[in-house]
Amino acid sequence: MNSSAKETIQIAEKPYFDNLSVSFSPHIRSQVSTERIMWTVVACLMPSLIVSMFVFGFQTLMITAVSVISCVMTEAICQKMFKRPVTISDGSAVITGVLLAYVIPPGVPIWMPIPGAIMAIFVTKIIMGGLGFNIFNPALMGRALLMASYPVAMTAGWLTPIRDLSLDKYLNSGVDAISTATPLYVLKHYGLSGLIDKFGSLSTMYFDFFFGFRPGCIGETSACVLLVGGLVLLYKRYITWHTPVSMMVSTAFLTWVFGGETYFSGDPILAVLSGGIILGAFFMATDYVTSPNEKRGQLVFGAGIGALTVLIRLKGGYPEGVCYAILLMNPLVPALDQWFRPKRFSEGAS
Amino acid sequence: MKNKANVLPDFPMGGIHPSERKELTEHLPIETMIDPPKVALFLKQHVGYPSEVMFNLISELHSPEYYLEDNICKDGACSLDASEKKKVVEGELIGSTKNRIGASLHSGITGTVEGIYDTIHPVLGKAPAIIVSKSGDAKKPPYTKNDWTSYTREELLAKINAAGIVGLGGAGFPADIKINLKPGVFVDTLILNGSECEPYLTCDHRVMVEYAHDIVEGAKIILKILGITRCVIGIENNKPDAIKALQQAADNDPNKMGCDIFVQPLTVKYPHGSADQIMQSITDRVRPSGKRSSSIGIIVQNVYSTKTIYDAVALDKPFYERVVTISGRGIARQANLMVKIGTPLSDIVKYLGGTTPDLAKIVIGGPMMGVAVSSLNTPITKTTSGVLFLTKEEIGEDQQYGPCIRCGFCLDACPMGLEPNSISVFVEAGKGAECEQFGFLDDCFQCGSCAYACPAKRPLVQFIGLARIKVEEAKKKEEN
Repeated sequence: MNSSAKETIQIAEKPYFDNLSVSFSPHIRSQVSTERIMWTVVACLMPSLIVSMFVFGFQTLMITAVSVISCVMTEAICQKMFKRPVTISDGSAVITGVLLAYVIPPGVPIWMPIPGAIMAIFVTKIIMGGLGFNIFNPALMGRALLMASYPVAMTAGWLTPIRDLSLDKYLNSGVDAISTATPLYVLKHYGLSGLIDKFGSLSTMYFDFFFGFRPGCIGETSACVLLVGGLVLLYKRYITWHTPVSMMVSTAFLTWVFGGETYFSGDPILAVLSGGIILGAFFMATDYVTSPNEKRGQLVFGAGIGALTVLIRLKGGYPEGVCYAILLMNPLVPALDQWFRPKRFSEGAS
Repeated sequence: MKNKANVLPDFPMGGIHPSERKELTEHLPIETMIDPPKVALFLKQHVGYPSEVMFNLISELHSPEYYLEDNICKDGACSLDASEKKKVVEGELIGSTKNRIGASLHSGITGTVEGIYDTIHPVLGKAPAIIVSKSGDAKKPPYTKNDWTSYTREELLAKINAAGIVGLGGAGFPADIKINLKPGVFVDTLILNGSECEPYLTCDHRVMVEYAHDIVEGAKIILKILGITRCVIGIENNKPDAIKALQQAADNDPNKMGCDIFVQPLTVKYPHGSADQIMQSITDRVRPSGKRSSSIGIIVQNVYSTKTIYDAVALDKPFYERVVTISGRGIARQANLMVKIGTPLSDIVKYLGGTTPDLAKIVIGGPMMGVAVSSLNTPITKTTSGVLFLTKEEIGEDQQYGPCIRCGFCLDACPMGLEPNSISVFVEAGKGAECEQFGFLDDCFQCGSCAYACPAKRPLVQFIGLARIKVEEAKKKEEN
């Protein structure tokens, strides 16, 4: 009641600290942060770029650089424009840039990624609400725009792998390189015999395709280094096996059943090694924002991508279908999340 | 019971592995702190009604709210006239809840009751507390061991009730009410929870090592009250000395009284100390949402509570002091301190040699579920298991949280199978009232696993708390 009575409870000489944090529990956090995940994914993608430079020439590095810079610039400009905090340091725009470059052919003009970057970052991501709210995979939306706008460059810019290590070819790749066709294009139009004519025997093909010596998009050709990157992400538990495995298994299985001259005669290994299956399975279908949260949902999601890929490859107008398969499955993610809710503790009586 | 060879029992869903940091205090023996000059005993230290101040201390009996709202203590302080000031001795009863749910309150020091003051409370902000200041020479009351085996069930319960024992695992549910089963409720297993899964905390660990015999005796007391014979002591496998001590105490017990007490090592995973998780991992039984653990035939009691039950029954010693882990690198010396309940942090800091300059956070409780406080005037309560003085290095930077990237880490971390990510996004969008569909109201016990795992550092526990408030508001509106 009086002040002296109050003072008697001032037990400590210095009862308050001025600079203590009183934030909420938990008071310890795991070391994993959004930035760390994003930059790890970027690092896991880098070996593929190195192989690509080795196989297709320095042109690929230029395209990737243009793509990354334009994605980051687009994000920075848009966020400034909309007066949102600029978050380019979180690495998500860099991933989009790298992935966008990885899904375009190496023989395109080097300005090509710029419209794709604007589509990917501005239309697909920023307008939807920024990181975490986009429905579609930004990089693939960028590629879809490029496919629609520059169909000739995007379907003819394939380069023959450089095998003789001549510096001349590395430096001049993209300028006067010989245009060629992708294995999937050959397979679609000339059948397996045509493929063998062009790329050698099946075992040679498995070997070449596994290490990356085949025509294809910049970052998709080397199954070997992409698998290493994917395994690092799995080991770090940043992604789970469910989406990649179900996507690859469903592609392989459906190709085996329907992909040959008769039923059950398709080549499942070739199906997984060609096109963008490995890149898509480990780095695009597993994009957190545009994939289901729950494991069973991820299995269905991956299987759906595999099925749509095979459908487009075999029956559609394009030789390759991973890009559109993922984009078609993306809008189903909210529904998959609704159908597959996590199992509650009280339901878990075992 | 699970009987897989060499496989420790585990709860299958969720859980995280924060670094334990128990090495700071796990080998330090329990040390008794000198009596503080003053203790502040909150009227409400437990689940239930607040204690009422004893009739003989203050001329009239009032509810705690009275002291705050009425004229007597306008400023939240109610000092007593000299004539009213009452001398108490260590262990004397000064507060009681009579026959309502609650627990009795005892003075930990010999001295004078000064009155009831508004005191800084770790959770409630401020709450009325009885202040007792030390005076005279403190003589340790002599506690002699009685033979408790001849007591009847009612006598045992009355002794536990009189000692004011509450569950020391966290919530602070009065112990005698928990083990006094309603007619028609049958249990077959008593689980003593010694998992102590929170990082840093080692008070239960030290109690298990040093008072293994008392815990086994306490287990027998509870078993006698419950009328059953099976007791499992669950201990996380990172405390091998505690497991060994309790195993020996249980095996070498001369008078087993037909009880079947055994020690079960558990996998080291947070939150293994939660009742649901420890019940599932030891017995494979799952508590249905919103029901009590006794509905699946189990009573879970903390090991330290069991020890205090033994003290109450065999020594007639009320619960007025407890072991508190003082840890973290922000204090000069870490310790497992036996302190009087109501001791302000300032005295503990002084006793241990002060804080270091890089102290960044003071946490009451464990780092996962504890509460940060800014004042050293905060007193120890019955449920305070630790006080952590954390440095910047230990807690990391307080950073702004980012948007949810839907990584699903929180789904994998949640031991109850909830969807913290969706709840947080709903709350951010202002749709907290629609979160009832996620069914977290009964299940979420704020373990913080989701927020620990979140890479965007989102305060998920608080988002869920907000959702709870919004859902309850919406329900009230509907009713009106």
